[in-house]
Amino acid sequence: MTTTLRDAIALTDRPSRPSPVSTTLTFGWRALLKIKHVPEQLFDVLVSPIIFTLMFTYLFGGALAGSTQAYIQFLLPGILVQTILFVTIYTGYTLNTDISKGVFDRFRSLPIWRPSPIVGALLGDTVRYTTASVITITLGLLLGFRPDGGFLGVLLGVLLLLVFAFALSWTFIILGLLVRSPNAVMGVSMLVLMPLTFASNVFVDPATMPSGLRAFVEINPVSHLVTAVRGLMAGSPDTGEIVWVLIASVILTAVLGPIAMRIYRTRT
Amino acid sequence: MSDSLAVEARGLVKHFTTRKSVTKAVDGIDLSIAEGSVFGLLGPNGAGKTTVVRMLATLLRPDAGTASVLGHDVVHDADAVRSAVGLTGQYASVDEDLTGTENLIMLARLYGFAPAAARRRVQGLLEAFDLADAGSRQVKTYSGGMHRRIDLAASLVLAPRVLFLDEPTTGLDPRSRNQVWDIIRVLVDDGATVLLTTQYLDEADQLADRIAVVDHGRTIAEGTPSELKRSVGEGAVHLRVAEVADRARAAEITERVLGAEVTFDSDPHAIAARVPDDGADAVPGLLPALVAAGISVPEFSLGQPSLDEVFLALTGQPLPPDEEEGAERAPAKPGPRERTEASR
Repeated sequence: MTTTLRDAIALTDRPSRPSPVSTTLTFGWRALLKIKHVPEQLFDVLVSPIIFTLMFTYLFGGALAGSTQAYIQFLLPGILVQTILFVTIYTGYTLNTDISKGVFDRFRSLPIWRPSPIVGALLGDTVRYTTASVITITLGLLLGFRPDGGFLGVLLGVLLLLVFAFALSWTFIILGLLVRSPNAVMGVSMLVLMPLTFASNVFVDPATMPSGLRAFVEINPVSHLVTAVRGLMAGSPDTGEIVWVLIASVILTAVLGPIAMRIYRTRT
Repeated sequence: MSDSLAVEARGLVKHFTTRKSVTKAVDGIDLSIAEGSVFGLLGPNGAGKTTVVRMLATLLRPDAGTASVLGHDVVHDADAVRSAVGLTGQYASVDEDLTGTENLIMLARLYGFAPAAARRRVQGLLEAFDLADAGSRQVKTYSGGMHRRIDLAASLVLAPRVLFLDEPTTGLDPRSRNQVWDIIRVLVDDGATVLLTTQYLDEADQLADRIAVVDHGRTIAEGTPSELKRSVGEGAVHLRVAEVADRARAAEITERVLGAEVTFDSDPHAIAARVPDDGADAVPGLLPALVAAGISVPEFSLGQPSLDEVFLALTGQPLPPDEEEGAERAPAKPGPRERTEASR
């Protein structure tokens, strides 16, 4: 053992320091490997949009919109937004798991571009977002969702949604860095997202709501996002709402990103 | 061994502040570790060993004091330190969901190896660490010993010149522990500098050139293993008598033969005595003396002083009862002075 050990450790050509892009991609690769080894983590992502879509379409569709066919045109973009927003929680959850398992400290002890573990994890999240989007939209199409915006409209809607999702993930990254356990991340995030997604225009038109609630729904960022995505998918883009979502995403990233990185660098 | 220092720390301080109290995890520690040597940081759980290592490995910023590794300051030149140091500890783990091979390839890529070079490097390491067959299995299926070996391999991907091993053998069975010791010896033979933390005097004695005993965030003794043991005495005799009634007489004989003070265990059959500095030669005479007095002694042993006894000798106090792993110690009520220090 002694000689092979010596040979194995000896290093003649020390590699040069890798680029930020290379280390970030390596962390993205890690996220893919984790999905491969722990496919159960995709289960929530796959099942919850199916249940929500089926439940709301058939339970409430007729009553709310006259027919399930009419309702799914309204509901599907909203369900998609809700699904993706819930998936963003996993960013904080996996980060917190890494911290509690000690994996994160090994990364922090490496001579690499500091944000690469986090940015790489966000790259890996793209897989989750894409999977969830494809499942939701496919199911919608099967149930009679016929977006007037066509393929391009749907694609642009999903892209806008992903832009916002990445910006929002910084919230959960900060939470993941601060909270004690992965389950606490889940709990707190749900507490925030539940009211935001339900008290919005995801499921119903706020016109019939009492004025106080309607005021909340109208300032709720989720409502702006849903309106923007709906417009794109329906082929009648609402420029004002799209710009609102893009500006909100830029602000979220510009403010929360540096805060998250600061906590990451200094956490004990 | 060269004269230059691989690790140097002056007045390192780290206090953890919670709402109610300040824990002085590290309270002014100096270290000078020569290049190519093994330095043991010995102390009980909560003594501050891990906090020292985390500061030296750039994972924690010291509240006060300075530290450098191979001449690079751990705060201002952190990346240079990170390039030079390998780290193994319970908080710097590998990803249990990935396989052993994937973990090491990932690290090799992060250190800048090209894909083919990374694979060669990792294959060599896995073989050397007796993990070639387990390479394609998820780390969570590994035994404790295998897990520790993959952790060690992970810290050696870049062949670091300085290695921090935080309790590398805690919780391992004796065979795995010996494997880890063998690996450490090879590394040191090849010129690496090792900072090792441990709760076992035995381990520090086996591996370290110098030992610092830490408690409550302070160094309470430092020296070579033989210097430390000499300060504690040559070792300790432990014996059990068959009849409880004989214990007092046995103690009296032990005191006379060894010239040492006897301590009584809670076990009514057992007594223990520290062998004084010049008393080692008298130990072989003790058993015949007891037998001649008609005392039956079913158990008799001469052992190295335990960490307990080192502590007793150095601090005059027995080891505190085991506490949760980690840097914290039962927090004391903070005085005003501590508050100011912690808020710096």
